[in-house]
This record gives sequence, C-alpha cells and structure tokens, in this order.
Amino acid sequence: MPDTAVRPREAGSRPQPRRPRLDSRPAQRARRNLSAYGFLIGAVVCFAFFSWYPIAREVIMSFQKTHLGTTSWAGWANYHRIFADPTFWQAWRNTLEFTVLALILGYAVPFFVAILLNELRHARGYLRVLVYLPVMLPPASALLLFAYFYDPTYGLFNHILSALHLPASQWVQSPGTTVPTVAMISVVIAATWMNMGGATLIYLAALQSIPGELYEAAELDGAGLWSRIWHITIPQIRLILQMLLALQIVATMQMFVEAFILTNGGSGTTTISVVNLIYQYAFALSGASNYNSASALGVVLMLVLATFSGAYLWLSRERG
Amino acid sequence: MAGLTAPASAPVPAPVPAQRRAAARAAQAQTRTLVSRAQLNRPRSKLIYRVVLAVTVVVFTLVFVGPLYFLFSDGLKSATEAVQTPPTIVPAHVHLNTYVRAWDEMGVGRLLFNTLYYAAGALAFQLVFDVTAAYALSKLRPLGGNLILALMVATLMIPSLVLVVPQYLTVASLPLLHISLIGSPAAIWLPSVANGFNIFLLKRFFDSIPDELMAAAAIDGATPLTILRKIVLPISRPILGVVSIFSLVAVWKDFLWPLLVEGGFNPPRDTLNTGIWQAAQAAPQNLIIAASAMAAIPTLVFFLIFQRNIMSGLTAGSLKG
Repeated sequence: MPDTAVRPREAGSRPQPRRPRLDSRPAQRARRNLSAYGFLIGAVVCFAFFSWYPIAREVIMSFQKTHLGTTSWAGWANYHRIFADPTFWQAWRNTLEFTVLALILGYAVPFFVAILLNELRHARGYLRVLVYLPVMLPPASALLLFAYFYDPTYGLFNHILSALHLPASQWVQSPGTTVPTVAMISVVIAATWMNMGGATLIYLAALQSIPGELYEAAELDGAGLWSRIWHITIPQIRLILQMLLALQIVATMQMFVEAFILTNGGSGTTTISVVNLIYQYAFALSGASNYNSASALGVVLMLVLATFSGAYLWLSRERG
Repeated sequence: MAGLTAPASAPVPAPVPAQRRAAARAAQAQTRTLVSRAQLNRPRSKLIYRVVLAVTVVVFTLVFVGPLYFLFSDGLKSATEAVQTPPTIVPAHVHLNTYVRAWDEMGVGRLLFNTLYYAAGALAFQLVFDVTAAYALSKLRPLGGNLILALMVATLMIPSLVLVVPQYLTVASLPLLHISLIGSPAAIWLPSVANGFNIFLLKRFFDSIPDELMAAAAIDGATPLTILRKIVLPISRPILGVVSIFSLVAVWKDFLWPLLVEGGFNPPRDTLNTGIWQAAQAAPQNLIIAASAMAAIPTLVFFLIFQRNIMSGLTAGSLKG
C-alpha cells in the first residue's frame, strides 16, 4: 500500500542467547522439526507462490520476449525498448518530482505539526484524531472527492480562489509547462492530505521520548525556541527522521492510485508515474499488452526501491 | 498531560519488564517539552498560547473535517446543483434520494459485502498461517528456520506494487497446479499471507515470551499446538490486535490488486474502493460523491471506535521496535 506503512527493523537484530535445548535425543528433535515444518507450510507456500516466485519471474521475464505464444530469450531488448520510450523518462521525471514535492510537504509539514501538537496542553486527543482521519478513508473516496474539488468549472477550489480574487486554475488538468507542474502539485496536495497522519503520529511518539532535562539545560543556557528545536529536538530524533525519510521515499516512488484516479495518467502524460507506466505497459495498451517491457520497468524500479529499503533497514539496525 | 498522551506511548508489544520500565520513563519525561510550564504561565505567553491553540484547532478542523463535510453534504444535492457554478456550500434542497439511488445504481451494498468478505478472509488466513509460522520460527526453531525467516523478511525490501505483473500472471495460472484464482476471493486472501511485516512483528513478540513457560508445559506433555493455543496466544493479544488492524486496513485501502484480480465481473466482485471508482466513470457527480461518502462510513466508524488501538499500533510498529 503506497502510504507511510510502518516497516520494521530487520529481524534478528535482537541477539538471541543460545538456550540449551530440552530435547536432546534425535527422535525428539526430528519430531519437533517435523511439527515446525507443519506450522510453517501454509506461510511458506504463500510466500513461494506470491512473493519469491514473482520476484524471480519478474527478472526472468524482463529478459524474454513472447511472440505468438512462444517465449524466447531477448537479451537486453526489453530494456533498450523502455529506455528508448520518451514516456519512460517522463514517468521517472514525474515520479521524482512527486517524491521531492511529497517530501517537502509530506515530510516537513508532519514534523512541524507534531512539534506543535506536542506543545499544546489542550485538545491533543481531538487534534490527533483529526490528522489521522483521512488515512482511514478508502483512497477512492478521498480522491473522487478531490477530483470534484479540483474541477475547473464547478469545483470548490476555484470557487475559493475567486472569492479571494485570485485567478482560477485548471488544477490537475493543467498542461505541464512549469517545474513543478500545477497538475503535479495538485496531486501532491491530495496525497499529503490523505497520508500525513501516519508520519505525524510517528514523529509525535518520537518527540515524547526526548528527555525533558535536555530542554531544561538548554533553557538555562539561554537557548531560544528555534535553537532548542535545532540543537535538541532534531538531533535527538535524527534516526527516526532518517528512517521516515527512507520509508517515505519508498512509499512515494510507488505513487499510483493518486494519479490514476485524479487524472487517469494525466492530461497527456503530465502526471504519469512509473507504476502508472508499468500498468499501461502491462494492462492498458489496447490489445498489445507487453508483460515483458512491464517486467523490465518493474526490475528497474525494484532496484531503485531496494536501495532505499536497504538504507532503511540499515538505519533501523543502527538504532537497535 | 501524561494521561492525554498515553495512547501514543502505550507499549503495545511489551510483555517484558525492561520495556515496561522504559515506557514508564518515557511517560515521566513527557512532563517537560520544548516550552516549559513556567514559561507558559507568564501572562504574555499565556495569551500567545491561547491564540496558537485557537488557530490550530480552527485550521485543523477546516483542513481535515472540512472536506469530510463536503463528502457527506454534496451527496445530498441534486444532479444539477452538484455541478452548478459557483458551487453551493450548503445544499439548497436536500435530496436524501441521492444516497438511495447511489446505493442501488452503484451497487454499494454488494461492494460493501465483497470488501467485508475479502477483509475477513484475509485476516483469518493471515492469523492462522502467519501466527503458526512465526511461532515455529521463534519457538520450535527447526533446521533451516533462519534461512526461511531471512527470505521472508527480505521481501520487505521489494514493495508489492513493483511485482504486480508477475504476481498477476501467477494468480492467473498457479505454477504446478495450473489453477486460475482470478475472480475468486482466494486471489486476495492467499497473497495477503505473504506479508513479511506480519512475520517480523509476530516473531519478535514471540521471542520475548520466556522459553521456561513453554518448557514447563512441554514436560506436562503438551504438544506444540496446545502450547500455542493455551500459552502463547493468550499472552499475544496486543500484537494480534496490531496485525489484525494492519491487515484489515490494507485490504480496505488496496486499489490496483483488487482492480486486476476481481474487476470486470457481473455481478461485481470489486471492493468498495475499486467498485465506486469504476461506477464513477459513468455516473453523475452527486451520485459519485454520495457513493464515496457511503464507502467512507465503515472505516470512519471503525476508526472512531478503535482509535486508541489503531494509533498506538501504528507507532508501535516503528518505534518500540
């Protein structure tokens, strides 16, 4: 799910002391192994079918071609084809643009919102529920609502703009000329509204773990509000900040449903993302779906995302 | 103040005394934040605090509840009022009928049933298969268990959206068995079991249960299954709650996967999420919004009831780890 899903740190980071096993006799050990495999079989079969095999298959398919029902090796042809497709570069540009904008909005805003909520002595429960409320909506509900707000003729947002005597906007339907495009900013606003609750709550919990004595000491030294945030708050939760950064990069680079529902891949291709393009390659191009090109694109995205997930796992290991 | 902040810091998977002590320390530390109490009690600061509080409450309510107001009220408009310029803030005429029509014409009831069915099944499969697997990996520790665990957790590095093409082809024709799961609930249930995050969370929790508890039962002749049912599961209720919430919300919010494997059937097998999107392609604006509002109600109610568990479960996964 392309939101700020919480990922764990790597298993086994807590060292397990070797305990002496009670069943030392081989027959007992064999019986225990056997029942253990019985417990494991359901999950292992599901992982094998729906996770391990698809990973291998994606890599294999990216080097194959299928013509009239026969499959043969294609070398790097699929990769050459997608690299030659201008939409490929457009999709990566959009995805990076979305990621950067989503980080500016979706990474920094929750941080300051969390600091604010942590300082307030009233209405905390209420405010926290509010921030998290949109996270619980089905994405289609939230996005169909935003598509309605964004409508250039009868949408609420243009009504608000005109009430403020500002020029009307085409929002998600704006043609892409500027960087960042208005269309992409509109997608990011909707995405941030939907997803910022998760990051806010994680920051909030992190802020509550900062020892109060540190602030006290800083205050005695005459540190102002900003320098307290800069010299105490941020260093104290630096690791959480880094982990969430990696997580959010992974989540936002998989952006799909936002662009899919708001613009159906864009006015032209102004908001098409990499996952949108995988979908188009595989399922949407009329009659000529090409699973092999889609797999090649999937492998490229997999490598990029695995780098960031790896960084996340490494950071969270450091934490433990 | 400590009472107010308790939900987020409630130590969800914390059966170990050391963790509980750490949580208690954290709770104490909360009494002092960026701005000190003494500083807040000065008259000028008090005024600033009041203003900031009021502005925050008003802005947050507008930003987060405002859209929800329109989600529920715009579905009460007539088809023409919903697309008139400028838009009305309060519906001029209330058409409750719009909700009734949206329910009938967009098949919301059927979609709701489908979604509940998929979510409940996915939850059941995950609880049975992932809990037993994590238990075996944590407590029975069979030969090769560490390799299996590593392979399962490694899948976390590769988000499932990237694998959508080979996963779809696999579900369309299972290897060795050559069965197609397309259009069957199993196409959602079984892949949901392959969740490295569940395995990781559960195993870590089971690791913290002392082996001595189980050894005593084993000496009394209890089988591993009895130990799991009578000892491990009752202690593990908090983590089972976290896993359940994650699993239900994931099915409820998923879009591309149910669109691919359950889309295009008649009567529809879509989830609420994909079903209202598809119906929206050819429906008037007021019906779209009314259907979106109805689709949002179950999760909103679920959230308002279980908000403490949901919000603390979320932070537990990342922080208390």
